[in-house]
Amino acid sequence: MSRIDVNKTYKLFIGGAFPRSESGRVYEIKGADKKFIANPALASRKDLRDAVVAAKTAQPGWANATAFNRGQILYRMAEMLEGKSEQFINEIISLEGVTKKAAQLQVSQAIDCLVWYSGWCDKLASISGSQNQVSGPFYNFTTPESLGVVAVFAEAKPSLLATVRALAPVLAGGNSAILIASENFPLPAISLGEVIATSDLPGGVVNILTGKASELIPWVGSHMEIDGIDLTGVSKKQEEELRLAGVDNLKRIFRFSNTDHPERILSFMEQKTIWHPIGI
Amino acid sequence: MSDFEYANAPESPAIANIASNYGLFIGGKFVQPKKGKSFNTINPATEEVLSKIGYADKSDIDAAVKSARSAYLKVWSKMPAKERGKYLYRIARIMQERAREFAVVETLDNGKPIRESRDTDVPLAAAHFFYHAGWADKLEFAGFGSKPKSLGVVGQVIPWNFPLLMLAWKIAPALAAGNTVVLKPAETTPLTALLFAEVCQQAGLPEGVVNIVTGDGVTGAALVNHPDINKIAFTGSTEVGKSIARAISGSKKTATLELGGKAANIVFDDAAIDEAVEGIVNGIFFNQGHVCCAGSRLILQENVAEEVLDKLKKRMSLIRVGDPMDKNTDLGAINSKEQLNKINEISNAGDKEGANRWSPELKLPSKGFWFPPTIFTGVTQSHRIAREEIFGPVLSVLTFRTPAEAIEKANNTMYGLSAGIWSDKGSKVLWAAKQLKAGVIWSNTFNKFDPASPFGGYKESGWGREGGRHGLSGYLTAEAKVNK
Repeated sequence: MSRIDVNKTYKLFIGGAFPRSESGRVYEIKGADKKFIANPALASRKDLRDAVVAAKTAQPGWANATAFNRGQILYRMAEMLEGKSEQFINEIISLEGVTKKAAQLQVSQAIDCLVWYSGWCDKLASISGSQNQVSGPFYNFTTPESLGVVAVFAEAKPSLLATVRALAPVLAGGNSAILIASENFPLPAISLGEVIATSDLPGGVVNILTGKASELIPWVGSHMEIDGIDLTGVSKKQEEELRLAGVDNLKRIFRFSNTDHPERILSFMEQKTIWHPIGI
Repeated sequence: MSDFEYANAPESPAIANIASNYGLFIGGKFVQPKKGKSFNTINPATEEVLSKIGYADKSDIDAAVKSARSAYLKVWSKMPAKERGKYLYRIARIMQERAREFAVVETLDNGKPIRESRDTDVPLAAAHFFYHAGWADKLEFAGFGSKPKSLGVVGQVIPWNFPLLMLAWKIAPALAAGNTVVLKPAETTPLTALLFAEVCQQAGLPEGVVNIVTGDGVTGAALVNHPDINKIAFTGSTEVGKSIARAISGSKKTATLELGGKAANIVFDDAAIDEAVEGIVNGIFFNQGHVCCAGSRLILQENVAEEVLDKLKKRMSLIRVGDPMDKNTDLGAINSKEQLNKINEISNAGDKEGANRWSPELKLPSKGFWFPPTIFTGVTQSHRIAREEIFGPVLSVLTFRTPAEAIEKANNTMYGLSAGIWSDKGSKVLWAAKQLKAGVIWSNTFNKFDPASPFGGYKESGWGREGGRHGLSGYLTAEAKVNK
């Protein structure tokens, strides 16, 4: 008799741990071949709130780490992803039904994307900050700072690449993230938690929720301790809902084109301008 | 000191030459509102009517937006950027030439001391045009991609506290980036915007590039909701800012919002106390405290609190309150009855909640709207006077023991526009500046503004920045963002 596989239980990732949903709910994911793959958690409003607490708690430590240190940790994520390539390739093939070659390409692009954003961490002030030539005896400079807690809705496909492409810039800017995985293609996002857990990223900097975006959207939009949203992966109607609810604390909300760009980092940063007199 | 009196030094109102009535500025001409409605603008220091102003309704807004769209498509977006810049230089120069007139009109309409309109508002407004004129043909070097594009027609709504300066903050970058504008000045302070319309005519600015529509909140809402506007730029209260954000949430419009503040002004025990006292006074009493970034929460280290407060009270006793047209006046009139009522309402809540009010003894003019320079001590973080933007000459004083406590208190607000730090220790200043959640940090100074210096808030103080290279991005298309 052939060996029986030991299948993975796909759980949430909150505060550096892998809990099930407090609601006890799961939903079924089938592969491109219509066969059962997994029962990921159907995250609840309470799970979201727990994730925000974890993200909010972890964020100052991450933001205050040196930019060089943040860059090294993002690079470490790339290293870990490279080591786990096979696992991600298999997940992508079974979920998306693409060829092995396409899955391999997607994983390598995701790894390269992490490396690219890793290199941005300590260059943001150089490209977006400035010393301002004011008319008076003042030293005046502007520098970018992290925004806080950012909720990320990545596009469903390519499942791993879209997730990394949305998550990496949020982290590069010193923010913590609540990643809401695609409802139908969540497995690479969940497995990314395993990469993150072994990359020295402090617990709580990334939190991953699975389930129905439509269920979580009202609570993401109205949560007063979520400061920004990347809603690239949601529908037009959901976008309107998020934007309207997000007005309560003037969330910074953006949809991005399918590209890697420092603007994706800087959109979730604030610019701080500091004045000081010059004199003796 | 009280024997040392100043003689009156009144500026002449005659130079203002204010017309008895003004129409709307649409398509390069002054036109009467379609419905023929109007409203009065008054001098808040005397309650005298200055002029009758056209009231724009939805149909007038539509005409203004059409004029701006036509100017955008046919002229402004096609003009070489170098030429666009030259128009802005012309505007800056004419504003400088007519500076005295602008200052007098601003003071008459707003109630601010002539010294401030003459030395701050008008020169800074002209500087904003001069600064942005230079950007017009250099946008590809501004760091927003090699081919940054304008957005189209921008709707702009500005407040009454710095009428001309806020107009400059809005119009100069919008035009430099290649957009055309429809601007609505505040209901109580429309005059310098209408004077600016004359400057546009003198500069030969192509018709429709700048349109000025006067009216009230209904007029502003009609502008915000007009379907052919690409972007809204607003300065004003957080409440109205949020209503604008809601109104455009389902549209393709983008927005920059400069909203309220409740800035902490932190004085550490190693600060130069006399300088700090001057900074505190400038922070809260500049422009009658009608400043979104006013240092309205003084946060004093406990061991120097008594000394600072003694000196502050002595200094406040020397503030000259009265005729805004007198060149010696420090504190002018409150801009409107409505605003005076609001200041009274929140200040009275300070009394009721147990804080201690103090003002120097002084006689306020019998006509007009006035409020004395005021401080509240014994304020706790939950008091309304510590949480709500008063937008008047009212300072709430809190104390702290450790630097960490100072930061905690300073950041305990939904706002994040500005903050002040007073200390003679460089490393402490930079440490505090880093901890403070605010877009503008004044260390050992306060209320400094410059066209080259980005301005704008964290948290619920708004979206985006104005001024400097950063301010340009609000008027250009983004490379990686999808505009809804």
